[in-house]
Amino acid sequence: MDWLFFTKVLIGGLLSGVMYSLVALGYVLIFKASGVFNFAQGALVLFAALTFVSIVEGFGSKAPGDLVFWIAMVLTLVAMVAVAIGTERFVLRPLVNQPLIVLFMATLGLNNFLEGAAQGIWGNDVHRLEIGISERPIDVLAALGLSATPSRAASTSGPPAASAPTAATAAAPAEEGTSPDDEEIKIEVVETGPVVAQSGLLVSQFDLFAAATAGLLVTSLALFFNYTRIGRALRAVADDHQAALSVGIPLQHVWAIVWAAAGLVALVAGLLWGSRLGVQFSLSLVVLKALPVLIVGGFTSIAGAIVGGLVIGATEKLAEVYVGPLIGGAIENWFPYAVATLFLLYRPQGLFGEKIIERV
Amino acid sequence: MLYREAGQYKSTYRGDQAIFPIAQDRFGLFVLLAVAFVAVPLVANEYWLRSILVPFLVYSLAALGLNILTGYAGQVSLGSAGFMAVGAFAAYNLAIRLDLPFYVYLPLAGLITAAVGIVFGLPSLRIKGFYLVVTTLAAHFFIEWIFTKVPWFTNYTPSGVISAPTMVLAGIVLDSPMERYLVTLVIVALLTLAAKNMVRSAIGRAWMAVRDMDVAAEIIGIPMLKTKLLAFAISSFYLGIAGALWAFVYLGAVDAQAFDLARAFQILFMIIIGGLGSILGSFLGAGFIVLLPIAITNLAALFGGAIHANTLANLEHVVFGSLIVIFLIVEPYGLARLWQIGKEKLRLWPFPH
Repeated sequence: MDWLFFTKVLIGGLLSGVMYSLVALGYVLIFKASGVFNFAQGALVLFAALTFVSIVEGFGSKAPGDLVFWIAMVLTLVAMVAVAIGTERFVLRPLVNQPLIVLFMATLGLNNFLEGAAQGIWGNDVHRLEIGISERPIDVLAALGLSATPSRAASTSGPPAASAPTAATAAAPAEEGTSPDDEEIKIEVVETGPVVAQSGLLVSQFDLFAAATAGLLVTSLALFFNYTRIGRALRAVADDHQAALSVGIPLQHVWAIVWAAAGLVALVAGLLWGSRLGVQFSLSLVVLKALPVLIVGGFTSIAGAIVGGLVIGATEKLAEVYVGPLIGGAIENWFPYAVATLFLLYRPQGLFGEKIIERV
Repeated sequence: MLYREAGQYKSTYRGDQAIFPIAQDRFGLFVLLAVAFVAVPLVANEYWLRSILVPFLVYSLAALGLNILTGYAGQVSLGSAGFMAVGAFAAYNLAIRLDLPFYVYLPLAGLITAAVGIVFGLPSLRIKGFYLVVTTLAAHFFIEWIFTKVPWFTNYTPSGVISAPTMVLAGIVLDSPMERYLVTLVIVALLTLAAKNMVRSAIGRAWMAVRDMDVAAEIIGIPMLKTKLLAFAISSFYLGIAGALWAFVYLGAVDAQAFDLARAFQILFMIIIGGLGSILGSFLGAGFIVLLPIAITNLAALFGGAIHANTLANLEHVVFGSLIVIFLIVEPYGLARLWQIGKEKLRLWPFPH
């Protein structure tokens, strides 16, 4: 067995898994705070990406690229908050105290509505989205040997899976230099530096950026949930709607906030997925990729979304490469679901989900 | 006053167990069947038969199948389109490989689909709620994949799209829209009768107990394995026949693309809008979903002449999505519930009390 190839496939899978996690995060947020499985998350992703792209294109070249990027970002966020408030007001509030399945079906309706509205407002065309991060692959081992401290480089000799998180942390500082141009320059430096031995272990810069973003999102969301007043209110609502209401937590505000947060996650996912696939209708179908991720990770765990993404991404790519040719290929569509089902048979609440206790 | 059961005494056990205990119901059903079997074939033109009534009937059958599983037994499923595909491909392979007549291969295809349904229903014994939705999605994607990847199922046709064999009954080839409509109608009527009887018998009550709370149902002695798997099997049987009819009668071609995930959602919407756990609701929902796009197109044409196809599709999405939400808010039990309320009103009308 060719271990280098195996590692390559594995890392590719892990990184694409991170992209799935980004979408899955949105679900977890809403499920945690209201127990609703929000099918409309995919439509939110589409809506956010389309709004963003249309605003950017609307400016054209009248303003400098950076400024346009941030203006579009802010405007899209405003739009997402508006969608969140609208959803709370017109869909969730009238449906308080209905069975969960009714709420789920309502999000199916919302999904249809948002898909139609997004394309009705902004058109059906496929848009190209540039966020300033190239897909150019970088040689991970070489980059680490060059830019990382010796202690960090040492970890590359560990098991292959370890190199992905290391790579993510290496890219994290670049991510904090907020402007996309900074990122470009930093990577440029790495690439033009003296070439260390070519290991052949190539990883797309874009994937690293996505991984870093996901890491950042998860960390900040976890902090938000655990250490802020609103976060505490969110957890209280998730625990018990009525009890939360009775101690004076405004359910309506909490729901609006959660949906807005899900909108933010959708925007980030939409930008990353959109710049890879183009902003178009099929963007709303990434939902179908995120579902098995959710299942493996459990609906209620933010960390689970990430772990689930990694598991699904890795097994999916490995299966496609090693098992796929034996049985006809293109098994990426259903294989994650099979994995998810197996996980479920073992643990019906997912890896990190809360234990289901049923009382009669 | 019009719809009143006063004076209709049940003096025998048979009368008490009658499927339609109220005389007005029996009369209404009789009129409905007379219209469907006699008036419609006399009046309807080819367009109505081919493009509206046949899909409506097939959709109703599919919705009925899903309603048994989701509305009565409470197991939410997105695998319905996959099971329809199984039915279509099973019927096709039975027809061309064994050369059976359609009244034999159609039920057989249903039985094969039921077997497949049992296999994919097995996880439901351990997995519940939204998690189960995902395992039914696994079933859908797996079925979709196998029909596009394994050439045996499509009889090694290079394009993967195959025209359905003709249906012959007593030497007559059933290919005019009228004959196709009548065949579909007979099948749908028979299966509806069966479903109506099933849901009001012991098995139907067991399904409803499982739907309302499966742990409690198990404690009072309802066998979970048998009840859940039977729900999957019977639901899949209906869906399989609906799928075979969809391919053979409506499309005239067997094609895995006709049974995509959008179809599964469509059927789910039908039973939500029509009414979960209602036989009548399956028909009302199917009618609603078949007619809505036509209504939107015609309305749009009325207001602004020709509208771009994309805009129309988007408009349809928006209207559709809002209608679902509105329905859930105003009437979570669907159109069937509205009918129920209407009947209550008719008992008193025209008097105030």
